[in-house]
Amino acid sequence: MVMISDFLGTSAVENVKKALSAARENESFNALISLSETRALERAQKVDAGEITGRLAGVPFIAKDNFLTLGDTTTVASDFLKNFEAPIQATAIEKLETEGAICIGKANLDAFAHGGSTENSAFGPTKNAHDETRVAGGSSGGSAVVVALGIVPFALGTDTGGSIRQPASFNGVVGVKPTYGTVSRFGVVAMASSTDTIGVLSSTVDDAELVMDIMSGRDSRDMTTLPDFFAPKQESQTKRVAVIKEFMSDAVNPEVRKATEVYVEALKAQGVEVGEVSLPMLAYALPTYYIVVPAEISSNLARYDGVRYGARSPEASSLDEVYGLSREAGFMAENKRRIIIGSYVLSSGYFDAYYLKAQKARTLLINEFNKAFESYDFLIGPVAPDPAFKIGENSDDPVKMYMADIMTVPASLAGLPAVSIPAGATSEGLPVGVQIIGQRQSDAELLAFAKRSV
Amino acid sequence: MTDITTADVQRLAQLSSLQLSDDEATSLTEDIKNILNYVEQLSELNTDGVAPTYQVTDLENVWRSDDVDTYGLEREALLELAPDTLAHQIKVPKVL
Repeated sequence: MVMISDFLGTSAVENVKKALSAARENESFNALISLSETRALERAQKVDAGEITGRLAGVPFIAKDNFLTLGDTTTVASDFLKNFEAPIQATAIEKLETEGAICIGKANLDAFAHGGSTENSAFGPTKNAHDETRVAGGSSGGSAVVVALGIVPFALGTDTGGSIRQPASFNGVVGVKPTYGTVSRFGVVAMASSTDTIGVLSSTVDDAELVMDIMSGRDSRDMTTLPDFFAPKQESQTKRVAVIKEFMSDAVNPEVRKATEVYVEALKAQGVEVGEVSLPMLAYALPTYYIVVPAEISSNLARYDGVRYGARSPEASSLDEVYGLSREAGFMAENKRRIIIGSYVLSSGYFDAYYLKAQKARTLLINEFNKAFESYDFLIGPVAPDPAFKIGENSDDPVKMYMADIMTVPASLAGLPAVSIPAGATSEGLPVGVQIIGQRQSDAELLAFAKRSV
Repeated sequence: MTDITTADVQRLAQLSSLQLSDDEATSLTEDIKNILNYVEQLSELNTDGVAPTYQVTDLENVWRSDDVDTYGLEREALLELAPDTLAHQIKVPKVL
């Protein structure tokens, strides 16, 4: 893997060329949807000429293909937006460019970020960086793989229910999902608005911290952004953490549990007090998530109508067909499943039993987290119950596929920051991560702690 | 057990403006039945008197100044994104 410092103080043009050629050498992983060679080299020349300066001057990066970028398509890995060229950039991209970073391409994902394996992509599945027969995880699978392969020092991802943390764990990289509202989502394709967050995947926590420092902050174009609060910390003050009991059950792969146990032992050796906490509501987090999120998806995806942008079905001869056939052709099966489930749980007669019930369950989950944080600074456990699974293994069973999200959706529903840090590998050589969850707006301390403890 | 039929799925698809083929509706029905049966376990949870959570920012009444933000875009740039246009307008099949 490579770090940001490897690209500082060197020729930006050479940096970009190096990253582009590394991307081309690794095409077999199918981690990228497009490369932005022309614009990237133009910007690199400006950096070398001293016209653009900043903390990331000349550092190449890759964005998940649900960030709107200039000079390239933004496909969301879908047929719907296969040829879509955005007229604006996401705020997060804008901020990184202002500091001299150069976006060299767009990473593969599950179409519209619906999935946990990057198999639901109209551009084919991304392969795991450590075993090409296995999934990359998802939905930010491409972003995790390009970092793990050393193509770029960092990549942007989005995390709605684990889409940064789980692929980070599957590929042995750092993945940061901030507190809900930390980074502006302006210019990022919406999935589930009450849990969508933007974060980063990188080889080190230090690099993730720098990128978060640049991206975070209030944005008048995203009214859900929080007033500025993120400020990197030199040293962690954390003294007490707890392992989440429910995350260490027999249902979790023993080698995955072992990684957390080894990590916890290392913390104890450093003088951190480690307790155990039980959060019974965690058992209900996944069903809650798969009600709330499809509901929001069904609303957010109503905008894809084949009228204003994206692909219109050539067979449509009436307005209803423009909508119906364009959506039929543009969405993948998983998109349709979620839209239909969302319509179901929001429909009159079922609203109270599903959607309202789930939002009440969410309150109970948040209450349990709050109580745990009265006694502990951070909560610790695995990221996913198993290491990366085989490509195709869960494709025919959506419920089984959803189970991979069981340990990441709780922090999402509560809006909490959470990181996945590399914690070794299984006997088969598959990476395993450890997840650290903090209270809202504890992001800076969370990263300081994660840095200290690896 | 949630009993959801292919006809239910087709009705929901219609509400969601999705024109599904019969084969697709059949296979989606099975998936959706399984997913709904899975999420149904929430019904065993006692939520009496619990207030729902719709957002997690704790922000209220976020104001902005009453200025038009065009995002630096011209009308033509947006029209170029549309699959079909005519005379600076987006074109769709006849409605009436």
